[in-house]
Amino acid sequence: MPNPAPAPDPIARLQLRKITKRYPGCLANDGIDLTIAPGEIHALLGENGAGKSTLMKIIYGVTHADSGEVIWQGQRVSLRNPAQARGLGIGMVFQHFSLFETLSVAQNIALAMGAAAGTPKQLEPKIREVSRRYGMALEPERLVHSLSIGERQRVEIIRCLMQDIRLLILDEPTSVLTPQEADDLFVTLRRLAAEGCSILFISHKLGEVRALCHGATVLRGGRVAGHCVPAECSDQQLARLMVGEAAELIADYPKVIGGEAFLDVRGLSWHNPDPFGCSLSDIDLEVRCGEIVGIAGVAGNGQDELLALLSGEERLPREASATIRFAREPVAHLRPDARRQLGLAFVPAERLGHGAVPELSLADNALLTAFQQGLVSNGLIQRGKVEALAEEIIRRFGVKTPDSQTPARSLSGGNLQKFILGREILQQPALLVAAHPTWGVDVGAAATIHRALIALRDAGAAILVISEDLDELFQISDRLGALCGGRLSALSATVDTRLSDVGGWMAGQFAAPQSLATR
Amino acid sequence: MLLSLEPRGQQSRLMLWCSPLLAAALTLGCGSLLFIALGHDPLLTLHTLLIAPVSDLYGVSELLVKALPILLCALGLAVAYQARIWNIGAEGQLLLGALAGSALAVNIIGMQSRWALVLILLTGTLAGAAWAGLTAWLRTRFNANEILTSIMLNYIALNLLLYCVHGPLKDPEGFNFPQSAMFGDASRLPLLMEDGRVHAGVYFALLALVAVWVLLQKSFVGFQIKVLGLDKRAAGFVGFREKRLIWLALLISGGLAGLAGVCEVSGPIGQLVPQVSPGYGYAAITVAFLGRLNPVGILFSSLLMALLYIGGESAQMSLNLPQAITQLFQGMMLFFLLASDVLILYRPRLNLRWTRRAQATAVHAGAL
Repeated sequence: MPNPAPAPDPIARLQLRKITKRYPGCLANDGIDLTIAPGEIHALLGENGAGKSTLMKIIYGVTHADSGEVIWQGQRVSLRNPAQARGLGIGMVFQHFSLFETLSVAQNIALAMGAAAGTPKQLEPKIREVSRRYGMALEPERLVHSLSIGERQRVEIIRCLMQDIRLLILDEPTSVLTPQEADDLFVTLRRLAAEGCSILFISHKLGEVRALCHGATVLRGGRVAGHCVPAECSDQQLARLMVGEAAELIADYPKVIGGEAFLDVRGLSWHNPDPFGCSLSDIDLEVRCGEIVGIAGVAGNGQDELLALLSGEERLPREASATIRFAREPVAHLRPDARRQLGLAFVPAERLGHGAVPELSLADNALLTAFQQGLVSNGLIQRGKVEALAEEIIRRFGVKTPDSQTPARSLSGGNLQKFILGREILQQPALLVAAHPTWGVDVGAAATIHRALIALRDAGAAILVISEDLDELFQISDRLGALCGGRLSALSATVDTRLSDVGGWMAGQFAAPQSLATR
Repeated sequence: MLLSLEPRGQQSRLMLWCSPLLAAALTLGCGSLLFIALGHDPLLTLHTLLIAPVSDLYGVSELLVKALPILLCALGLAVAYQARIWNIGAEGQLLLGALAGSALAVNIIGMQSRWALVLILLTGTLAGAAWAGLTAWLRTRFNANEILTSIMLNYIALNLLLYCVHGPLKDPEGFNFPQSAMFGDASRLPLLMEDGRVHAGVYFALLALVAVWVLLQKSFVGFQIKVLGLDKRAAGFVGFREKRLIWLALLISGGLAGLAGVCEVSGPIGQLVPQVSPGYGYAAITVAFLGRLNPVGILFSSLLMALLYIGGESAQMSLNLPQAITQLFQGMMLFFLLASDVLILYRPRLNLRWTRRAQATAVHAGAL
């Protein structure tokens, strides 16, 4: 339940007037107005590329607006750097934490606060007090590398709260949390707001914005698309404000039961040579023809490792080749191109630098994985066929680009993802493995991608989707599981699964109920 | 900062062509100032440096003789550099090609068949490739940095060559000069014209040019080399063989450098001497980048480099220009060429107060 909105205050905590910021080739912020009252939890909603990051960097003094005014508690200020912003009482928690893994919590906080604040030992009692007051359990002596992602986020938040904080900016804070951890965070944030601290909450998850925030400003293409009270709006209305078109963005897809197993993983264990990486233990996974299996989990719990083993970037010795099988054929020792010949298509998590080469044109990037589709003869590239394929991908999947000679790097995330997915789907794979298929993609492109995945499923392909977005997984998958600490929960049909079940699996609570699931 | 660069986001087609012209204009301008300051007639000096050397057929032939080894080495380097394998060892690979070719040639001086030449060229090419193969092996087996290993192998190759011309390969009738016997006639590359030193090696260079162009621009192997260079993870994710490609790129690179070396000894020189190369292998590094790793660009840049070599020599002789000045001029030209290339990817912008304000109003007007 959202808190009751705070009483209107004559002086706003923060007011932005006509903020404009131009980067080469794009107008990131175009005359943006934003007002945050004391004690208000204000959401900044918008797609990737809508200008959210730029705006909050301006508020935190990281970058400077070309024009416009920042008014802090009635005073016009010009923020030159983050230190000045912190001095005013503005704190920020970035999406990617800046912590030293080999230092303790107290040492990290002492480093960030500067010598004047005291030694790590002197800070410890205050850290304990703050963590108790806001219900964020945290031991100051612990080393950061032993903390979970959720705990590391607490370190960042407590670091902000150690000072006299008036405005806390959180950049997509829940993207790294399990649903339960996110709920805990919301409790803390509500308590903070009740004490008068304003919070600027950046997100594109509509559900949590509605549950937490008093007011919202929606950005689209660098401009304010509208203000609203999230609790009074439906998902459709909010999505329409964000995307600006009334397409059916949130669709229900019928769930199906797959046919024969195509991908069969039995007892897959893999020791990660990287000491900070995650090792896999005893993973069983079956993906049938004509179904989508979704795997949830917080990042860093073995997703990257499982993906590398499935794609063939990591290979097992020949003796263990039967651990992974495609249609009964042992493949765990095969290279990626050999696995592709057996019907694999693969969409990696990182679009630029992994799924596509940034500097190469779209046509060359089409060739990158489709070279076994008759695009090469006698060792020479058949340019005509490559162009034709690239044009077909662009046309069929509605990729917005000047032409097929445009370098991949100049496409937006959503457009490039449509291109990569299209490239894989047009190869008519028997098995598609897709990592975070709609991460950082706008709602419109995400809907296109989901429709394409469902169409591929209905054409009989086996599909494995690994994602951190639970809404997405519930929407498209037929069966669900979750990774935690390198182990995979048993899969269960999506229709029989509740959000809280998946939350439990993501936290590792699946060892005991596994027998229940088979009963 | 009054002047700042901002990324264009995309290559500028116009600048791709204009940047060499801009560089040429800047070099001529600054060069003239330099010569005036030293009390030389700028026009005459520039003429001696850049035009006089190629004003007759003999000059052109000399230019081609100089350009040939640089071109061959640079073409090979372009293949390696496309894969981001920084082979600095063209010099050593060239020397070893010359050495191995000579070692065979002095033992078959009496052979009359044209096969002698074929065997010598083949030996030199393979020796160059093998020398680069050492770098490839150290890189793929021990992950040793190829920049360090290839540089160190340059010194080993040079000392190996010096040992051989002072020892086993020294001409027994050569009055103890450190040089080998002259090769037999059948082992020499035929000349292409009566009164010039240009030889049949030009055909190999043209062949190599076409082959490298097809490899890099048209073939799938070339595509794999490019992907490996640009983005190792993408190459791994589609299953391109990284080690195999590193071997291939270095073998091609070394083979062409070896061919350059053996063409020198069996062409213009005719015997093995300690000064086979005045640093062709190192000049080729500059040339490869100056040609933007594109075979056609490399053709032009190697001709330019050869012209600078020859023009510098004739300016020293006829104008009494100190060597340091001609080298300064060469350095200036290379500097301007590489510096102008920045404009292909970046746009210069004046940061005056009034321009900023003008832009802000323009944006505002656009928004309305």
